[in-house]
Amino acid sequence: MRKRSLIPILYIAFLMLPIYWLVAMSFKTTNEILSGFSLFPQTFTLDNYRTIFTDPSWYWGYINSIIYVSLNTVISVAVALPAAYAFSRYRFLGDKQLFFWLLTNRMAPAAVFALPFFQLYSAVGLFDTHIAVALAHCLFNIPLAVWILEGFMSGIPKELDETAYVDGYSFPRFFTKIFLPNINAGVGVAAFFCFMFSWVELLLAKTLTAVEAKPIAATMTKTASSAGYELGLLAAAGTLTIIPGAIVIYFVRNYIAKGFALGRV
Amino acid sequence: MKTENQKAWFFVLPVLFLVAFNALVPMMTVVNYSVQETFGDNLFFWQGLDWFEQILRSDRFHAALGRQFLFTFMILIIEVPLGIIIALSMPRKGPWVPVCLVLMALPMLIPWNVVGAMWNIFTLPKIGLLGYLMNDTLGITYDMTQDPLAAWITIIVMDVWHWTSLVVLLSYAGLVSIPDAYYQAAKIDGASPWGVFRYIQLPKMKTVLTIAILLRFMDSFNIYTEPFVLTGGGPGNSTTLLSIDLVKIALGQFDLGPAAAMSLIYFAITLLVSWVFYTLMTKDDAK
Repeated sequence: MRKRSLIPILYIAFLMLPIYWLVAMSFKTTNEILSGFSLFPQTFTLDNYRTIFTDPSWYWGYINSIIYVSLNTVISVAVALPAAYAFSRYRFLGDKQLFFWLLTNRMAPAAVFALPFFQLYSAVGLFDTHIAVALAHCLFNIPLAVWILEGFMSGIPKELDETAYVDGYSFPRFFTKIFLPNINAGVGVAAFFCFMFSWVELLLAKTLTAVEAKPIAATMTKTASSAGYELGLLAAAGTLTIIPGAIVIYFVRNYIAKGFALGRV
Repeated sequence: MKTENQKAWFFVLPVLFLVAFNALVPMMTVVNYSVQETFGDNLFFWQGLDWFEQILRSDRFHAALGRQFLFTFMILIIEVPLGIIIALSMPRKGPWVPVCLVLMALPMLIPWNVVGAMWNIFTLPKIGLLGYLMNDTLGITYDMTQDPLAAWITIIVMDVWHWTSLVVLLSYAGLVSIPDAYYQAAKIDGASPWGVFRYIQLPKMKTVLTIAILLRFMDSFNIYTEPFVLTGGGPGNSTTLLSIDLVKIALGQFDLGPAAAMSLIYFAITLLVSWVFYTLMTKDDAK
């Protein structure tokens, strides 16, 4: 083994340490956590997980999160596809300004929007619904999806479009039958990023929900403050929030580097 | 070459509508608050630009802004070089590549408040792995609820843990796009490793690195959840970054006017710096 590979190994070890600690904590009893230090769980317990899977206020948090994240991913990618095609293929009045304006929405601190978002979604009667969070997350996910898809689409030569039109394809048929299969990696990556940013965001999701659509992350904040620090339970809930991310990342593993470069390599 | 086609606007309309709904309406609400005073009951009075003046002159804002710039500066000078070094030492091919990439990306997929909670559990004295190691094994007093320096180091290490992989993945994507022929040519010319980096790898990574710096700037400048969960802005006000201070004013004290004015100033600063990055980036694209 070459000396050089030591750097990534050390880095990954550094990344895994806090995660290991969270997972280890989730298998400990509250007594063990409070009574002293132990590197491995001494009395291995699944009680923390049992609590989460049997208490509706816990497991509904996960279901709520998954519902609004999925809704957001579908909406974002669906509307970003035609827009990205327009940006990659055509020049039109104000295209560059529009592209930059989209990007600026990625820059607005979520803290700035928390209160106005609450008022806006209360006013249109969507407060505490899944669709409210899904729509709110469009603010930063649509620009991102447009950016990624535009990058991937610009990599497809324009001759493909022209040949298809010469062959008598209509635009909708060309787009769905020929163009989409060519950029399916891009669509996958865009969907992955929408999922990721919607899944990790909490401030807006918490502001826009109360009971019915409350995300898991908000349930955890409540536990941390009200139930007198049940660290084991908190650790188990945290561990479970890592799993969906780990699953989706597995599917895009071959495209992930290109995806993070927003298709621009 | 792109063709001119004004009908392309129809393709962009759904995006425009959805983003405008989420961006313009709340933004106008903020602008509205920023020029008015309220005493509750939905009674508003015209206040002009007083709030802006008050914020721009307030020591509290200057302090939070200073902390924010220090934080973002530290993040950029640590994460960008570190990310490049890790990307350079990663294998280019083989079965370990996807394993490395997936493991490295994992921290970015953890909800932000879980990141804060995880680091809290990790650093607790007596209970946490790091807290125990520092205090009981190495004998270094380490308690971030007491010591501002420890709190600062912890939030920076946490962010390095959370986001360095973004720089790694972006740089790596740039590196794997370099054809082998470039390296062979460099070998024939007898280029030093530094020369290879300076004249082959760095230029190829330029675009992706600009994206990385832009994203890291925007996200670290707007950071809220992770440090809030970990330190709550303390001890004292030592880790009260701009967003944390803003939420304290807006939702804690319910001073909507000053909070709105502060939001707009905050947004303007982010926009200005990002615009500089964006201009540099698109200048390269045009070549």
